[in-house]
Amino acid sequence: MKLANRLRTIAVLATVSLALTAAGCGGGGDGGGEASPGAEASAPAENANLAITFLPKNLGNPYFDVSGKGGEAAIKEFGGTYAQVGPAEATPDAQVSYINTLTQQQVGAIVISANDKQAVCDALTEARDNGVKVITFDSDTNPDCRDLFVNQATAEGIAKVQIDMIAEQIGDAGEIAILSASANATNQNAWIELMKKELANHPNIKLVDTVYGNDKDQESFDKTAALLQSHPDLKGIISPTTVGIAAAARYLSTSKAKGKVALTGLGTPNQMREFVKDGTVKEFALWNPEDLGYLSAFAARAVITGEIKGTEGEKFTAGKLGEYTVGADNTVVLGDPTKFNKENIDQFDF
Amino acid sequence: MKIMASVTAPAPAPAPETKQRRYLDYGQPLWRRVLLTREMAIIALLIVVVIVASAVVPKFGTTVTLGFLLLDVTPILLIALPMTLVIITGEIDLSVASMVGLSSVIFGVLYQAGLPIPTAALVALVVGAVGGTINGLLVTAVGLPSLAVTIGTLALYRGLAVGILGTTAVTDFPRNWTQLAKEKIGDTGIPIVMILVAVLAVIFAVVLHFTPFGRGIYATGLSAEAAQFSGVRVKRTKLILFVVIGIISALAGIYYTLRFGSSRGDNATGMELQVIAAVLLGGVSIFGGRGALHGVIGGVLLIGVLASALRLANVTSDVINIITGMLLVLSVVSSSVLAWVQSKRAKPAGRSAGTPMQ
Repeated sequence: MKLANRLRTIAVLATVSLALTAAGCGGGGDGGGEASPGAEASAPAENANLAITFLPKNLGNPYFDVSGKGGEAAIKEFGGTYAQVGPAEATPDAQVSYINTLTQQQVGAIVISANDKQAVCDALTEARDNGVKVITFDSDTNPDCRDLFVNQATAEGIAKVQIDMIAEQIGDAGEIAILSASANATNQNAWIELMKKELANHPNIKLVDTVYGNDKDQESFDKTAALLQSHPDLKGIISPTTVGIAAAARYLSTSKAKGKVALTGLGTPNQMREFVKDGTVKEFALWNPEDLGYLSAFAARAVITGEIKGTEGEKFTAGKLGEYTVGADNTVVLGDPTKFNKENIDQFDF
Repeated sequence: MKIMASVTAPAPAPAPETKQRRYLDYGQPLWRRVLLTREMAIIALLIVVVIVASAVVPKFGTTVTLGFLLLDVTPILLIALPMTLVIITGEIDLSVASMVGLSSVIFGVLYQAGLPIPTAALVALVVGAVGGTINGLLVTAVGLPSLAVTIGTLALYRGLAVGILGTTAVTDFPRNWTQLAKEKIGDTGIPIVMILVAVLAVIFAVVLHFTPFGRGIYATGLSAEAAQFSGVRVKRTKLILFVVIGIISALAGIYYTLRFGSSRGDNATGMELQVIAAVLLGGVSIFGGRGALHGVIGGVLLIGVLASALRLANVTSDVINIITGMLLVLSVVSSSVLAWVQSKRAKPAGRSAGTPMQ
């Protein structure tokens, strides 16, 4: 019995000390124990609480690693406290726990990419009632749950950059086709409509087909093959989805059409790097998540210091990105998407 | 082993033998049986973690933290109650989180279609019962292993949930209902929904620990055949438990929907593992036949408190998962080590004083 008891005690003690060490480490490791600088924070001006915490959809997501990097750089520039926390899984309930925690810690602002428009709303409202400013970026909540939304790009901007790129790559004349996600994908359909309008300015380009790869790699790959077969005179393909453009590039890179049929659209540099380097793809676009994080951090600062309230027409300066104006629905737009090509693609890692 | 002793003990040892021979009702005194158990170890650990976190982690020891914490663990706590019973019979239900999602979607869609909240909730509960019956019949009538059956229905129910609502969400629930899901009892910080949890916990504890049906659950987990021969209706017991866990999962789904004000097909994805982890941490044997409800409640709260304290201490979610995982492994390992030690120790002792079983 004695031995059993002793073992039991040891087991319990071990688990306790494990938990405690971990808690202690965490407390000391991140930002020096006190996570809540609150009033005593070394605020550079106006005594504002510039503790800004990024809450992405989930951690370990390269896209948000990059946006967080941008946010950190911005916060360093204006002398605030940067932190990024988030759940391991991209679920709204896990995000709510983090919002609650940040509310208790009384951070200056939460910069969140919401996993659900509504599910995080009540928690965010509670945060705002407790004086925490809420900025959404990348993925918005309902407008009445936040102070400001930093939008990566407008639908018009996304449509225009893709038509501009294809026009440039095929010499502003010839047949093109679109390889989209699914037939009822809201974003893609809105962009395709706007692209069709934009094509009115390019009378010699003819959109001959729109096909759907359902954001599946193999399906998109097969649809690309079918497109080339049914339209022998095809000069270019636009794929406004990251899955589609990567699959199409993979097909083109091994086919005869490589270098003859232009491909552009929305893709991530890491997926597209090899195809840009081997000449399959000249140029494609996406908003720059690093700039998005950078702008969001400056927007958070502007709201915290009271420089802006988040209402339409107000202006604030976002460091190296220059001046921004708040638009309709309390939204700030980052600007035109970034174009990636042979010259600049190695500067990006996401 | 202790539980085994207490399982057989209530049947009072009849002594119609000629020789007067006295059997002890229990092998150990009461304080030992109550305090020196795995359940108590978990509860003690919970208390220690709470005390230390209150002292060390800023803003932990507040009623606000308590409120958030209880709201967070409520769905897990709800499902852990019937899950304990199911696991003690030696079965498992992996489809619970998918049922939470399905019930959330049914509830949301019906509300959107114009049904009043109570009616929509009732239909969702019925769907939970039907889902549980499907699991139960496949396990008992068809005789398939519950692990395989519920992996199948995990995919099936989640597929239905996502299929019905697609990527959209129903969000316009009436304010008074969503508020009710978060309402606190006065200034205590304790959410009103905890009353429901407490009532259910008492019911489940009484059924498991103080009724013949509950004895049958343990007996089934220890040996289904022996239980069958001793008059336990094994299949019926299992079927009832699967139906009950379906209903409680649906209830958790309704609560989840109201708490977050959002009905989505992917609600509560992965929650089944959180529930099972908490149940195992609470001292329930995955092989069945052993465990107690107070340990499970301690296990759920321990995971919740650790996560809450570590989040407040700015520990990242990965590290929180690592700590929870290690805790679970340690608790399982420690119980096997203890069992091994006790069996070593019991053998020589068995010769002198008659041990009740073995």
